[in-house]
Amino acid sequence: MRKKSLLKTGLSLAMVLCMTVALTACGGAASAPAESAAESGEAGSASAGGAIKIGGSGPLTGPAAVYGNAVKAAAEMAVEEVNAKGGLQFELDFEDDTHDAEKAVSAYGALKDWGMQVSLATVTSAPGAAVSQMYQDDHIFAITPSGSSLAVIYQDPDNAASPYGNIFQMCFTDPNQGIASADYLAGHSDLGSKIAIIYKNDDNYSSGIYTKFRAEADEKGLEVVYEGTFDDSNASDFSVQLKKAKDAGADLIFLPIYYDPASLILTQANQMDYKPTFFGVDGMDGILTLEGFDTSLAEGVYLLTPFSADATDELTQNFTKNYKARNQDEIPNQFAADAYDCVFAIAQACEAAGVTADMSASDICDALTKQFTSMTFNGLTGQNVTWSESGEVSKSPKAVVIKDGVYVGVEE
Amino acid sequence: MLKKLLDRTHRGRTVSYIMVVVLYLIIEIMIHSGNLSSLFTSLLVPVCCYIVAAIGLNLNVGVSGELNLGQAGFMSVGAFTAVSISGYLAASVSNGPVRLIIAIIAGVMISAVFGLLIGIPVLKLEGDYLAIVTLAFGQIIKSIITNMYLGFDGNGFQFSFVDNNTKLAPGGKMLLNGPMGATGTAKISTFTAGVILILVSLIIVYHLMYSRSGRAIMAARDNRIAAESVGIDISRTKMLAFVVSASLAGAAGALYGLNYSTLVPAKFDFNTSILILVYVVLGGLGNMTGTIIATIILVLLPELLRSMQDYRMLIYAVVLILIMLLTNNENMKTRLRRLKNRFSGRGRKEGEVS
Repeated sequence: MRKKSLLKTGLSLAMVLCMTVALTACGGAASAPAESAAESGEAGSASAGGAIKIGGSGPLTGPAAVYGNAVKAAAEMAVEEVNAKGGLQFELDFEDDTHDAEKAVSAYGALKDWGMQVSLATVTSAPGAAVSQMYQDDHIFAITPSGSSLAVIYQDPDNAASPYGNIFQMCFTDPNQGIASADYLAGHSDLGSKIAIIYKNDDNYSSGIYTKFRAEADEKGLEVVYEGTFDDSNASDFSVQLKKAKDAGADLIFLPIYYDPASLILTQANQMDYKPTFFGVDGMDGILTLEGFDTSLAEGVYLLTPFSADATDELTQNFTKNYKARNQDEIPNQFAADAYDCVFAIAQACEAAGVTADMSASDICDALTKQFTSMTFNGLTGQNVTWSESGEVSKSPKAVVIKDGVYVGVEE
Repeated sequence: MLKKLLDRTHRGRTVSYIMVVVLYLIIEIMIHSGNLSSLFTSLLVPVCCYIVAAIGLNLNVGVSGELNLGQAGFMSVGAFTAVSISGYLAASVSNGPVRLIIAIIAGVMISAVFGLLIGIPVLKLEGDYLAIVTLAFGQIIKSIITNMYLGFDGNGFQFSFVDNNTKLAPGGKMLLNGPMGATGTAKISTFTAGVILILVSLIIVYHLMYSRSGRAIMAARDNRIAAESVGIDISRTKMLAFVVSASLAGAAGALYGLNYSTLVPAKFDFNTSILILVYVVLGGLGNMTGTIIATIILVLLPELLRSMQDYRMLIYAVVLILIMLLTNNENMKTRLRRLKNRFSGRGRKEGEVS
């Protein structure tokens, strides 16, 4: 009996080991380029002596991992490019927070132990709101690539009052996107006059945009004929919402949601032969690269986005080319672009303020806060970008329409 | 006195108390001498919260023998109650610890009420119904809080459900903001409060376990028919364990919610319930000391493995499997028992409640 159980245990252990080795081998192959790149980046900075330590956290595992990994990849790339120029040197440590406030706080602890001097804060909003207070308490400068909620930069988000002061955003705030969308539709009544909205009510990105869009739409006198909601548990079937929108006579559907559910909505609308104009926000970006999605369905979809990978300017083309070369031909989304801009904005501010690696995080924070509120930045996601004292970014969202499978800028 | 603490029935609990106090003292010394890293400092309060929730769940699953798959739901109720109360009282009660105590008591009471409401119909039944109902409860609570909007301004409270119709005057504050949960919470939870909460929950659970009611709970678990035949009211005794378990989860949730400046309803999902159940099962059903150790190890492990980057969740899973295999291995058990007996200098079998 004892022998048998020992044998069983041994067998189970052997299987566990085999599985680990097999999985590690798979994972190892995929992540090898990133790792070797990170190593060479670190080696480069070490030889130059004294690199400024940039921290950051985002979901590298779990359902939101696509955003965190995009930010990490782009930030690593940007750090290497900055280091390659000589002069200013950066070192990056990007931790996993699994899109969870608790994990983001411990990631912050790990970064602080590492000696972080400047930070990319967090990729997603809810964890960002949890660590903002800590960045303020420890007086470390942070700029989030994509934490778009007001709670990331304001202590009192309900009234948009008492900003933290040292937390900046590279992306638009959610309310601004809603307001910009409503304003755009008010100025372009040819797109559609009877508006239906389908949004995800358990997601603060989606409901944040919706709330402000609705308020602004009422103010501008837009006619909203139908509002439909969905949540995580029923994000696969939209026939009911689409049917109701159709019955209400909507000729434009506003979709303040991410591209995953949006692709299903487009497919299902096509199946029921319902062809309104679809209007999305920056979360719609990425729909053209979604696997298994017929991009012809996205023809004529409008979206407001700060970045499109198909733009023809040199900066965007270089970025897209290099990013694809590093990441198995993956087309960069706006999260990657925002992260890339964050690193270069920090670099610009550091150069202007003469920040060196031997300065304390607190001194760097003062210097960078001063620079950010006064400087103008040109990057992938906008020209003449400026920041207010409260940390909100000011840049103009670009309206694009999808034509022949690429984004085409809409002339004002 | 000392003899009483070390005798057969009391030894288990004495070990628990001493372990918690010694760990607390070591960590406090490390904090004050500046030897504790920021990473560990940030983990102290969540570890305390999970321990309290796991102790509560162990009372229900281990001692009472009823499976509960919604412990995170009760934590959620406790957390959002506490966060709302603390947010509302922020101006009038400026003393942090006092507000924390009020918030925790409120969280405990509301969780207990929910536990009672669920227990009344379900615990009259025999079988796995509690597991099914608590599973549903966890999901329902998550959905309800996701759709709840509660705010207050100079004119009083405003509440709306599903659609946010609250229009606050300037200076107003949203206590619950739908899917965004609670934001801008003042962090008033402390490690000391967490340790006190652990000690209080240990005292409650041990006193219950070794009381007349506790014996009745275990009798009802081991043989329902026999227990009924000697006049034990099964549903009442099971109810007692379940409500205490829910209350402890509420206290854990309250402490947890007040430790972060933001809290989203999606945090307390099914996965969190299962995670707490894993702490309990790996720590040992009915074994509170084991639960505490298992919780500490399993909460710290993914953080200690941060340097492994991509492989850390993989290694975490492997460690879980290893712990399961090793703790269930007959060889290991025998050796462990022998070691224990040698340590205590006794040859006879352990008389601990399991």
